[in-house]
Amino acid sequence: MGKKVAVVGFGQTKGRSARKDVNGVELINEAVVAALADAELTIKDIDAVVIGNMDHFEGVNYVDSWSVEGSGGVMKPIFKVTTGGTTGTTVAMSAYYHVASGMFDKVLAIGWEKNSESDTTGAIITAFDPVWERPNLGGAIAGLALEASKYMSTYGITERDGARVAVRERLHALNNPFAHLHQEWMKGIPVDQLVELLVTSKENVMLAYPLRMSDMCPRTDAAAAAIFASEDVAEKMAAVPAWVASTTNRHNFALAGDVDMDRNTTMASAAKRAFEKAGIKEPLKEIGVCELYLPYSYAGLKWMEDYGFCAYGEGPKLVWDKVTDMDGELPVNPSGGVMSSNPIGATGLIRVGEAALQIMRKAGTRQVQKDVNFAFITGFGGCYWADVMVLGKKKPS
Amino acid sequence: MEKKKDEKELLTIGSGDLYQPYSWSVGHYGSKFLHELKDHKKLLGIRCPKCNKVYVPPRKVCGKCYVAMDEFVELSDEGEIYACTIIQFGFVDPGTGIQRPVPYGYAFIKLDGADTCLSHFVDSTDPEKFKVGARVKAVFEEKRKGSIVDIKHFTLI
Repeated sequence: MGKKVAVVGFGQTKGRSARKDVNGVELINEAVVAALADAELTIKDIDAVVIGNMDHFEGVNYVDSWSVEGSGGVMKPIFKVTTGGTTGTTVAMSAYYHVASGMFDKVLAIGWEKNSESDTTGAIITAFDPVWERPNLGGAIAGLALEASKYMSTYGITERDGARVAVRERLHALNNPFAHLHQEWMKGIPVDQLVELLVTSKENVMLAYPLRMSDMCPRTDAAAAAIFASEDVAEKMAAVPAWVASTTNRHNFALAGDVDMDRNTTMASAAKRAFEKAGIKEPLKEIGVCELYLPYSYAGLKWMEDYGFCAYGEGPKLVWDKVTDMDGELPVNPSGGVMSSNPIGATGLIRVGEAALQIMRKAGTRQVQKDVNFAFITGFGGCYWADVMVLGKKKPS
Repeated sequence: MEKKKDEKELLTIGSGDLYQPYSWSVGHYGSKFLHELKDHKKLLGIRCPKCNKVYVPPRKVCGKCYVAMDEFVELSDEGEIYACTIIQFGFVDPGTGIQRPVPYGYAFIKLDGADTCLSHFVDSTDPEKFKVGARVKAVFEEKRKGSIVDIKHFTLI
């Protein structure tokens, strides 16, 4: 099983559509400095660095070396990890494995992206198979619209159901000073009215039916850094370390057309295994908060069913019943989630960091009121692959 | 004031007109598929000897059973819409440098005889007709080059 491992510090930059005032290395540095300050450490305390982004977005392919002055990796062991949308969660998993192995005590995990530096849809297309897929692929928006069409057709889901998820994410983001989208105009308007506005307003342009602008994540420049520490030192570094209770991932499909869109099979399998390993028997009751990689609104319905939080087709009921709102039984994405900030290589690590803050009770204005014993985190990648992690307040036995 | 000053001072450097072409190996199975498509307007799949799943395009290994596959299956050029959307946002195709003409139909199509889908264009933007479960037929290019876009698009039948 290896050493027990905890997140003891986290730092992030505020999400922006373009950070022209810094290059990638300088952006990375901002997050690392913030994470070190959070854990009251210096770079000298760090034994190894894991760093990730998605090369396609910046066109820089040797980020492990290119970024050393910002990352603090000069003359330290560095591993670079790139797994598409899941990059940030895979960085976290890799940092966890480094520490759990017993070979490193304190590992710095970094995720970053400057999506402003290229066309996001074009870059995403170049991440897919060049012979069979790129010629007709329409990027993430088209692929996710396909999934929504299948889900809506099978279960009779409506555009209003999707919009309800978008409203939740954007209202939560208003509590998070680091979120990219702050839709102040939403303040004080009842949820029903906001949903109605989103599905009727012409300003909310249709991108690919049924997905409007409000159903999608933004493209963001930001960086995040988290410090993973072994059980030998974690309790000295953090008053409440956020312990890694379990983590796993799943890959299933080679080509987009292979994807079984009836259910999200990789998320379902990974979540089931992670809950088992963490000793969670009733996820809805035992998990105190979720930070989920929901890149678009309908994922907040269908994938909730695949995690086992409700029966198939019941995702909308769960969300309309306010179960996933800030004061609900299972608050989802107090940070505002991916739909409010998506610096792709950092996005998964932000989920891990935000979940850790909730356990440490350091989430400030976005802190959930209820006691959090377990936090559930996911990462999602292009051809429907899945990373999951469970953080816990109690040191795993 | 600060913002205006920043806009003048903060530079971005363009990548210029990149030219970095690739030649991707397609292998025996992929080549066979593309030859049949180009020369005979035929679509080939491949069957797993263990689980019987028919994959398109053909590949050598069934990932789930982890066994080699060698039984090619001729698929129909007709099939069913498994999932679909009408793309309305404009973007530049990174393979051609040309903006995709929007709106256009895009779908996962389950060809008769196959268990996986082909992702491709559909020549309809009518949400009343172009929907999950609709039947479609492949329309081939007159001049075919041996590529997946030798299927020009699918059309509703």
